[in-house]
Amino acid sequence: MDDADGAFIDVRDLTKTFTVRRRSGLLRRTATRVHAVDGISFVLRRGEMTGFIGPNGAGKSTTVKMLTGILTPTSGRLRVAGVDPWRERTRLVRRIGVVFGQRTTLWWDLPLRDSYGLVRRMYRIPRARFEENLARCVELLELGDLLDVPVRQLSLGQRMRGDITAALLHDPDVLYLDEPTIGLDIVSKARVRQFLLTLNAERGTTVLLTTHDLSDIEQLCERVVVIDHGRLMYDGPLAGLHEVGRGERTLVVDLERELPPIEGIPGARTVRTEGPRQWLAFPASASAAPLVSRLAAEYPLVDLSIREPDIEDVIARMYAG
Amino acid sequence: MHLLRLNFAVALSGFRRYATYRVATAAGVFTNTVFGFILAYTFIALWHTHPHLGGYDQSQALTFVWTGQALLAAAALMGGGFQDEFHERIRNGDVAIDLYRPIDLQLWWLASDLGRAAFQLLGRGVVPLAVGALAFDLALPASPRRWLLFLPSVLLAVVVSFALRYLFALCGFWLLDATGLNALSALLSLFFSGMLLPLTVFPGALGEVARLLPWSATLQVPADVLMGTQPGSAGAGLAFQAGWALVLLTAGRLLQTVATRKVVVQGG
Amino acid sequence: MADGKPRSLSPGPGGRLGTLLDDAVWGLRAYGFIVAMWVRSTMAYRASFLIMLAANFATAGLDFAAIMIMFAQVDALGGFTLPEVAFLYGTSCVAFGLSDLLLGTAERVGRRVRDGTMDVLLTRPVPVLSQLAADRFALRRLGRVIQGSLVLGWSLTRLEVDWTPGRVALLASMVLCGAAIFGCLFVVGGAFQFWAQDASEVQNAFTYGGTTLLQYPPTVFGKDLVRGVTFVVPLAFVNWLPALRLLGRDDPLGLPDWLDLAAPAVALLCCAVTGLVWRAGLRAYRSTGS
Repeated sequence: MDDADGAFIDVRDLTKTFTVRRRSGLLRRTATRVHAVDGISFVLRRGEMTGFIGPNGAGKSTTVKMLTGILTPTSGRLRVAGVDPWRERTRLVRRIGVVFGQRTTLWWDLPLRDSYGLVRRMYRIPRARFEENLARCVELLELGDLLDVPVRQLSLGQRMRGDITAALLHDPDVLYLDEPTIGLDIVSKARVRQFLLTLNAERGTTVLLTTHDLSDIEQLCERVVVIDHGRLMYDGPLAGLHEVGRGERTLVVDLERELPPIEGIPGARTVRTEGPRQWLAFPASASAAPLVSRLAAEYPLVDLSIREPDIEDVIARMYAG
Repeated sequence: MHLLRLNFAVALSGFRRYATYRVATAAGVFTNTVFGFILAYTFIALWHTHPHLGGYDQSQALTFVWTGQALLAAAALMGGGFQDEFHERIRNGDVAIDLYRPIDLQLWWLASDLGRAAFQLLGRGVVPLAVGALAFDLALPASPRRWLLFLPSVLLAVVVSFALRYLFALCGFWLLDATGLNALSALLSLFFSGMLLPLTVFPGALGEVARLLPWSATLQVPADVLMGTQPGSAGAGLAFQAGWALVLLTAGRLLQTVATRKVVVQGG
Repeated sequence: MADGKPRSLSPGPGGRLGTLLDDAVWGLRAYGFIVAMWVRSTMAYRASFLIMLAANFATAGLDFAAIMIMFAQVDALGGFTLPEVAFLYGTSCVAFGLSDLLLGTAERVGRRVRDGTMDVLLTRPVPVLSQLAADRFALRRLGRVIQGSLVLGWSLTRLEVDWTPGRVALLASMVLCGAAIFGCLFVVGGAFQFWAQDASEVQNAFTYGGTTLLQYPPTVFGKDLVRGVTFVVPLAFVNWLPALRLLGRDDPLGLPDWLDLAAPAVALLCCAVTGLVWRAGLRAYRSTGS
């Protein structure tokens, strides 16, 4: 089930490229290729609790969607519990639990109890096990009074606890949590975190969570994986996180007109184009000056600017908040 | 003056909101056109066996069909428009916020619905009518005067349709599940506007009553004004519409006063 | 941590076909229990349900009211009498009503892609189509089926048809195959929205437009239109071709007789094509996301 080296979630050179068509004239449409996930690799062992962070649009949710079998990768190798998520979606989803912070996986108009009944039948959970798991979650997450309330009448914190329960009734080996504490009050946050720690300690459930809240990570995760612009920026303990920003910087170039992606500039690669504007990534340790002079000599430049990695902002904000 | 500008801005935002859904608009045009063809063929069969049915000749009957398809979205003859959103705001209590707007609640929704209607008349009305005119021999007027009368008649049709839907929507203050009401409102509109069959074809007393009801102001009258078949004159048709608009808007205003007195903010 | 032993998904002795069959059975079962849940929850608000059932009944009845008004003025439409038109109306309405009841919510693809809940469906071990079609299952749509059945029943008492077992079987297969063909239109329409999320209204032209079209005799419409709904979108097999046979009339295109009995084959073909289109749509979504 696990790979020989103990990898429970195994991601190798994973990429996902989207083609975005945009209207660029009355009838003309231009297609741009966006590398949402650009060759990331990491390995999670069974029972690890890992924080998955990065700025908006960094490729976090695209990666999670590939790990949960929703999206098909463009290339790369992907195994979750020994299963290829895309090819064997139904087999995979019996072994994972997914919680989306922004939208519920429950049925809006049904009381929690009925929702759980449907989950039981969908996952074919034996009744005794179902009752046992439900009773446990109800107790730990204090859902007792809420079981007969329709989901739409629950507060955000109550709904989140309801969602987490739904994701755990079938004893998943992996739990994906997308912003599980977003918008929750302090009490609810504490309750959710305590629950996750208990779950991980007692059942050895592997947890991958994306969050904007550094305290989630501080309290829950030994390990952090950071991505930015679809690339892996950091993978290690929380303490080493400040190293991250030293990755790549971006040169934003405005050309006189729309041109094919800039090529042949040593030490830089074009990561994005949009009309006459192009984005070039280059190592943060390198000086931008030779790059700029080379560009100016070969291309009709109008304007340019250098952008520090977005991830720094994120981390700065996390530490500030 | 200030109020007028404000209303105009609300209407414009209503127009823009619907204008952003280009694919949906194209899809709607396609569906209107298909329905236009289906109805047109059945009307041809009907008028073939019974020429001058309901006082129309065949090309007038076909003009009626395509005018109906052109106004279907603009005059919300199958319901919709602001209704769903308004209900949602009553249901979740946001309507309490609306009451603090600088414009009166009814006027606000009217302006926004007029903006929507203006877009849908252009976006969803013109093409089906043009297709109908190309595919069939329609009795569209050559004189610009009739078209000039048609425009205010369409405007009044939208106002009457709004006023009717507003009355139904206000009932949502008392009944928190309004789906049944919306269904009823769409039902009455579909049947008594003439959308399925011109009201002049309705037999006997049913026809006479139907032609006096407010729904006839939303399609039957504008179509007659366009074709010059309005009993009396186009002026009489416009007066009929304006009369209903006034009565219904006043009724809406009164009901609104009662309703807002009991604004229940539904907490989550 | 045991997993309740899911059935094997690797192609076993039954091979790919066996797996496909397993999946289909599981999909139907899942559809069944989701539907049962929604019916139970609807019944908690019995009064509201009855009102909506009546509203559905009445809305469906309006079309027939328009037909009655027409026949108050004329004796025949396109050469067909009122009982004959009522027969067409009834069969079209029942077939459409059944498919709308069972698969009507499959059209919510665009909305679900936009609000992101399509992803939620993909994280559950049940075929997406089962979940989509069973979601918010609305028993009130039975109103249209009841209304259509009443009209159909009335027309049967007025038609002078000699009801041999063969003809009865033809009538039954007509309604069932008709429902299957309309059901395919709902699903294809839903699949189409994986590519064009805002175009949900296009399918109304084929579903609602289709049922309206079939309420009238084919002689009313232009030959090109009849050809189109015979060979392109096979609506003519829902009721026109078999009904003309039952009513003992010739079809306006002069097609070979055996086509009148081809509805089951056409329905099967439709289901196969629909399955492929749905899979392609889902695959496109899973490779592009929202």
